[in-house]
Amino acid sequence: METDLSSQDRKDLDKFIKFFALKTVQVIVQARLGEKICTRSSSSPTGSDWFNLAIKDIPEVTHEAKKALSGQLPAVGRSMCVEISLKTSEGDSMELEIWCLEMNERCDKEIKVSYTVYNRLSLLLKSLLAITRVTPAYRLSRKQGHEYVILYRIYFGEVQLNGLGEGFQTVRVGTVGTPVGTISLSCAYRINLAFMSTRQFERTPPIMGIIIDHFVDRPYPSSSPMHPCNYRTAGEEVGVTYPSVEDSQEVCTTSFSTSPPSQCVFTVTKAHFQTPTPVVTDTLRVPLAGLAFSHQLSSSRLSYQPAVLGLGSADLAYPIVFTAGLNATHPHQLMVPGKEGGVPFTPNQPAHGAQADQERLMTHTPSDGIHCAATPTSSEDTETVSNSSEGRASPHDVLETVFARKVGAFVNKPMNQVTLTSLDIPFAMFAPKNLELEDTDPMVNPPESPGTTSPLHGSLHSDGSSGASSGNNHDDFVMIDFKPAFSKDDILPMDLGTFYREFQNPPQLSSLSIDIGAQSMAEDLDSLPEKLAVHEKNVREFDAFVETLQ
Amino acid sequence: MNCRSEVLEVSVEGRQVEEALLAVLHTVLLHRSTGKFHYKKEGTYSIGTVGIQDVDCDFIDFTYVRVSSEELDRALRKAVGEFKDALRNSGGDGLGQMSLEFYQKKKSRWPFSDECIPWEVWTVKVHVVALATEQERQICREKVGEKLCEKIINIVEVMNRHEYLPKMPTQSEVDNVFDTGLPDVQPYLYKISFQITDALGASVTTTVRRLIKDTLAL
Repeated sequence: METDLSSQDRKDLDKFIKFFALKTVQVIVQARLGEKICTRSSSSPTGSDWFNLAIKDIPEVTHEAKKALSGQLPAVGRSMCVEISLKTSEGDSMELEIWCLEMNERCDKEIKVSYTVYNRLSLLLKSLLAITRVTPAYRLSRKQGHEYVILYRIYFGEVQLNGLGEGFQTVRVGTVGTPVGTISLSCAYRINLAFMSTRQFERTPPIMGIIIDHFVDRPYPSSSPMHPCNYRTAGEEVGVTYPSVEDSQEVCTTSFSTSPPSQCVFTVTKAHFQTPTPVVTDTLRVPLAGLAFSHQLSSSRLSYQPAVLGLGSADLAYPIVFTAGLNATHPHQLMVPGKEGGVPFTPNQPAHGAQADQERLMTHTPSDGIHCAATPTSSEDTETVSNSSEGRASPHDVLETVFARKVGAFVNKPMNQVTLTSLDIPFAMFAPKNLELEDTDPMVNPPESPGTTSPLHGSLHSDGSSGASSGNNHDDFVMIDFKPAFSKDDILPMDLGTFYREFQNPPQLSSLSIDIGAQSMAEDLDSLPEKLAVHEKNVREFDAFVETLQ
Repeated sequence: MNCRSEVLEVSVEGRQVEEALLAVLHTVLLHRSTGKFHYKKEGTYSIGTVGIQDVDCDFIDFTYVRVSSEELDRALRKAVGEFKDALRNSGGDGLGQMSLEFYQKKKSRWPFSDECIPWEVWTVKVHVVALATEQERQICREKVGEKLCEKIINIVEVMNRHEYLPKMPTQSEVDNVFDTGLPDVQPYLYKISFQITDALGASVTTTVRRLIKDTLAL
């Protein structure tokens, strides 16, 4: 089999497959970052864009992929898999997708490596770009943020599809035949996303600042940890630099020939590629609202806009802290604390003092076993911190990893069991009320028409009593502090929370709380004819009004 | 050789027509575009880099990927805009179809003009529905998003068959195979045309041929 393939072809093919695998991982992870991707076309080949596609290389991702591959290539029985999963702020996780790059034995001897295989791999990458936007996990990843994050894990070996639940579906991205086998790329994705809604939330609310071990017992104790699909520039201060391009210093300047296939000229020049140290020092934006970073890469012009700070809306920021390094001694622990350059967190409303702590995003700075030595307060950090609208979070605060246990809106929790102290739930004011008052709400259960002589009387009375009792029920819920959603406090002196509290228990309407002895039914009935006469006089007005409604 | 023909059908609301068509056309062109060729000596050439970008749809819960080429995007938007206007003005039931045809030019001797030989045609049949309530529209957003996901998967499936593609041309022939007029990417030569069908299903009214970057009458 291999005798048919010249050694140059074989080398080229191996290189293609290797870089194809790396690019595949990049495409998949970048598609789950939660942001739109944009790279520029370039009419002159730069030599570092494999497969003629401008796909940025996130160094940590490349590093992880290489680590998983450990110098091997996908082969029969050894597939490269990228697992995408979702992790809620409560710590529940769920596998969403498994992308598999496999090789099978079916060889295509006639195909030209340097030309056809290369172009078909390029086409397959384009297909992958299209398909990654089409699976259900894409929309989930675009909305990741406070309630959940998307994580990825790369492993090499047997494909494990058990975590996807029942009835998962597969989509084939494509195949490319090569002289040594057929490369095939596919995705298996979960369709049963229902587990989260039926979960019983019985835990007590977390204490802020606790470090949570994110990795529950994995069924497959593989050595590769999960990484969040969000990105932050690598630890430049300590000099942990991942090579920004492949460290083999190979550049793919490919030239193709239009002459007959026998004269295919393919040159790959091993240029001495100057790997620029990730020039991030001057462009580093420590993510504040979790959205800001820019990564200098020689051939990429990808940039992410810093989030508008201070908006505090729950649907704003996607956490862009990327955990790259993994602590060698605790492969399952996500973060290695104790590194400077941490991410200052963004309080939702700066003026709300204590609640600001609640909005900490999962932050981490990679150190990869390197002890933090550099000063925590690097100049960039203070600079960016002072640029932020609140300008108060210091990097020190984020030396340890914290997790925002924020309960999302509409989470189906039995509210009685949860004190609302450290949770800011939008519409929390109304949630307990609804649960409690449904039985007594006169709108839901209209009062029975009593068989008494004064039915009007009776219903008024029950309204009044239910109204009164509803007032009492409010007191069952201890609301220490309340941070309403979408409220800004910088405009009015009275903020939304105060407003809610003040008007939470409005006084009963006077018409509903008629003193029983004051009026009797008989009097009501007597006054009816007069009222009817008046109304009859105005019948034209009423008709005109009804006309306008139609 | 035979021309490959693929047909896709979509049922959308009026304001979703443009985005649905753009999603399909851009996805096809993503697969049928390469970087700019730079010919060197001895018949070798190198290929430029194609950038890509995500586009979120405003009226559909959907995101698609297109090549980063503003000119190409403009050309497609123009064609789709014309189709949408024609569809709206036709009265009818809102049935129409748009075709994206990839072709090769074959030089003929004078006085005959060049032949255009299609090798792949993608046809998108559009059916416009009118919805009454906001809730229906919301459902339609999601449904059309899901349908478009299926269409993308179909397109990728066809692309993956690796069927006939024109041979890579020499420098003198490149304009017969590729559209070299764009500054940043190089799609295969293509034409977009559309037809509005009336209720009877026959192609009546106008058959408008939109020729883009194609020298026809020389």
